[in-house]
Amino acid sequence: MKNQNTFSPGRILPAPENHLTAEAAEAARRSRRGFMRTAAGAAVAGVSGGALAQASGKAEPPAIAPWTRSLGQGVATTGYGMPSKFESGVQRRESPGLTRTPQSSVSFTPLQNLFGIITPSGLHFERHHSGMPEVDPAQHRLMINGMVRRPLILTMDDIMRFPSVSRIHFIECGANTGMEWGNVAVPTVQYTHGMLACSEFTGVLLSTLLDEAGFDRKNARFILGEGADGSALTRTVPIEMALDDVMVVYGQNGEMLRPENGYPLRLLVPGVQGVSSVKWLRRIEVGDKPWNAREESLHYIDLMPDGQHRQYSGVQEVKSVITAPSGGQKLLGKGYYEITGLAWSGRGKVKRVDVSTDGGRNWRTAKLQEPVLTKALTRFRIDWTWDGSPAFLQSRAVDETGHVQPTFAALRAVRGTRSIYHNNAIQTWNVQANGEVWNVQLG
Amino acid sequence: MSSSAKAVRWAAAGGAIGAVSILMATTALAQAGDGGRFGFGRVATPQEIAGWDIDVRPDGHGVRKGRGSVQKGQEVYDAKCASCHGTFGESNNYMVIAGGVTKEDLKTGHAASLKKGEVRTVGTKLNYATTLWDYINRAMPWTSPQSMSVDEVYAVTAYVLFLNEIVAEDFELSDQNILKVQMPNRNGMTTDHGMRSVKGKPDVQGSLCMKDCVKGEIKVASELPEFARNAHGNLAEQKRPLGPMRGIDTTRYEQGKPGAVKVAAAAPAAASAGPNPADVIKARACNACHAVASKVVGPSFQEIGAKYASRGDAAAYLVGKMKSGGVGVWGQVPMPEQPALTDAEAQALAKWMLGGAK
Repeated sequence: MKNQNTFSPGRILPAPENHLTAEAAEAARRSRRGFMRTAAGAAVAGVSGGALAQASGKAEPPAIAPWTRSLGQGVATTGYGMPSKFESGVQRRESPGLTRTPQSSVSFTPLQNLFGIITPSGLHFERHHSGMPEVDPAQHRLMINGMVRRPLILTMDDIMRFPSVSRIHFIECGANTGMEWGNVAVPTVQYTHGMLACSEFTGVLLSTLLDEAGFDRKNARFILGEGADGSALTRTVPIEMALDDVMVVYGQNGEMLRPENGYPLRLLVPGVQGVSSVKWLRRIEVGDKPWNAREESLHYIDLMPDGQHRQYSGVQEVKSVITAPSGGQKLLGKGYYEITGLAWSGRGKVKRVDVSTDGGRNWRTAKLQEPVLTKALTRFRIDWTWDGSPAFLQSRAVDETGHVQPTFAALRAVRGTRSIYHNNAIQTWNVQANGEVWNVQLG
Repeated sequence: MSSSAKAVRWAAAGGAIGAVSILMATTALAQAGDGGRFGFGRVATPQEIAGWDIDVRPDGHGVRKGRGSVQKGQEVYDAKCASCHGTFGESNNYMVIAGGVTKEDLKTGHAASLKKGEVRTVGTKLNYATTLWDYINRAMPWTSPQSMSVDEVYAVTAYVLFLNEIVAEDFELSDQNILKVQMPNRNGMTTDHGMRSVKGKPDVQGSLCMKDCVKGEIKVASELPEFARNAHGNLAEQKRPLGPMRGIDTTRYEQGKPGAVKVAAAAPAAASAGPNPADVIKARACNACHAVASKVVGPSFQEIGAKYASRGDAAAYLVGKMKSGGVGVWGQVPMPEQPALTDAEAQALAKWMLGGAK
């Protein structure tokens, strides 16, 4: 270039556009557009070639990966980001044959694929009783009535003006692990324990709202939560829980609740079976007696061997499960493995988790990942060297009240096998000599 | 919200109680800030509360004035309920409504079949008739909840009680007698357990033993039979293919795959513009009773399409049938009317069915 020669060596070269004639600048632009087209084409090829390149070793050194030799996508290509396409197997799934219709059904969280304690909102298990409604937040209302001085109607604007709190809590369906009461029924931790999730929830303490409505502090014994969905689902919550840590929630993991998890408003009753955390919350009633609602008299009651049902059995007791290695997986060879899993208790914090690799004969205490929070999932880990022989992996949790997770035998001795709900037994994964891991129950 | 109401909210939030009490006289919404610490929201009117406060408790709280006979209940039930629950409440496709109740149960208030492990029904499980009334009123019919009158709800409740042999054929249920209905399992519930409260005492305690805790051999008592190993799909695809483990390829067990119930087979997109049949089927809960290729409660979409394909006005006929319901063509289980289904949706479904429902 001609004008380049006018600079002395060592000086910074200005951008050439500023020093070109109009014709030369246009020619430069045209050639740049041509480059952009080429680059875009290479980027597309890079994406589709990615899997191939990896599989055939063309991305490994000394070769340079196609995604290194091309320009990537611009920012905001996807306004709301999605997981990598290589993660497409990480999905909520139904358990075939469990329910008759998807509107009254459950999908399970793929615990085998998750790290840490927070469940991505899009993988939070779903349980609907009359399908998922699409609630318009501008029209949604929360009514607070019953034994209150000022029955209130609150808009979302109103609710979001109250002082807020953010807390990390698990939600576990009372029927989680319910398919396993009698025998092994499902293959992976997604189906044995996947009606379980843990999120950072943001909202208003219910006590704040009850105070605002001037509830009858002397005579109130229970509150009723009611949903705005087609089932208008109702659940009774004792007033001591309602005033302790129950929240009216609109935020989940930094954003608004997802529609399938109650958008725009849900109740959160920490530590209690998920059905009490009424989704699409439209009404709170304060009362002096329990409501004996359908979901606390026909379902969500635990059938005992003597034919009696345990009613209002809300608290999710101490429980844990190993998520890796777990059922349906294959170990790729002998040697070091990190055994990891989740522990939780509806009564408070997890104090300790022990792990056995020999079917419960001998136990070692696992490391707990901080933070260990009340009524939240706690991640545990322990080192293990697999020698290639069959192993039986188990975990058992102890909570801060001293409650120890029981074996299936101990649980069945008291509760039989037909209670459906509140199965918190120790889970066993059988690592076979071929490296395959299968769900088993020990005799 | 009117500007005066906004002013009330603002004033109340600022704690300007005097301003609130002056404004209260001038606007209907003025009670909004009445004494609450924050003054957000507004006071619900009695009419608003009546519209939403529909719960009925076993102690009589919330019981509505009204009545309905078993006979009337049968009419309503056959039209609106039998399509899912079966003519006699026997359908185990959904919660079984009737069965398992004995004369002895009615006396003792304990459903004996629960102890024996027989199928659990509304009749054997439920402890109060008010709960049955409340649930029918709030959530049924499933596809159009809160569409029945109070008297219809009494009538259907009476009929379900009759199906369970709890009341006689000539019974009329009303606000006057619903609290007196003696349910077969009225004594079948206990709250004597530790799961009611965070401070409750657990009934089963594990062991803290660390060494030699199991005497004798470790024996597997239950495992997944081979034929069931692919029943949840190929597990290789359900585990991220990274890290120290892979999902097991269970397609090798495909041969023995049991016939998993697949009600909600997805229908593909329609070739032309208009609602996607698969979306309509999901959104309008058609799949509660119909599947693509197999009979569920009603006939399959393919059967319907095949039956009417040669009829000149087939599309219009099906649209009419879908929207207004009917009975007698495919059997005595009626299809309820579908008021939520739009014309465009019904037409898309009709076209799709007549094209073979593929």
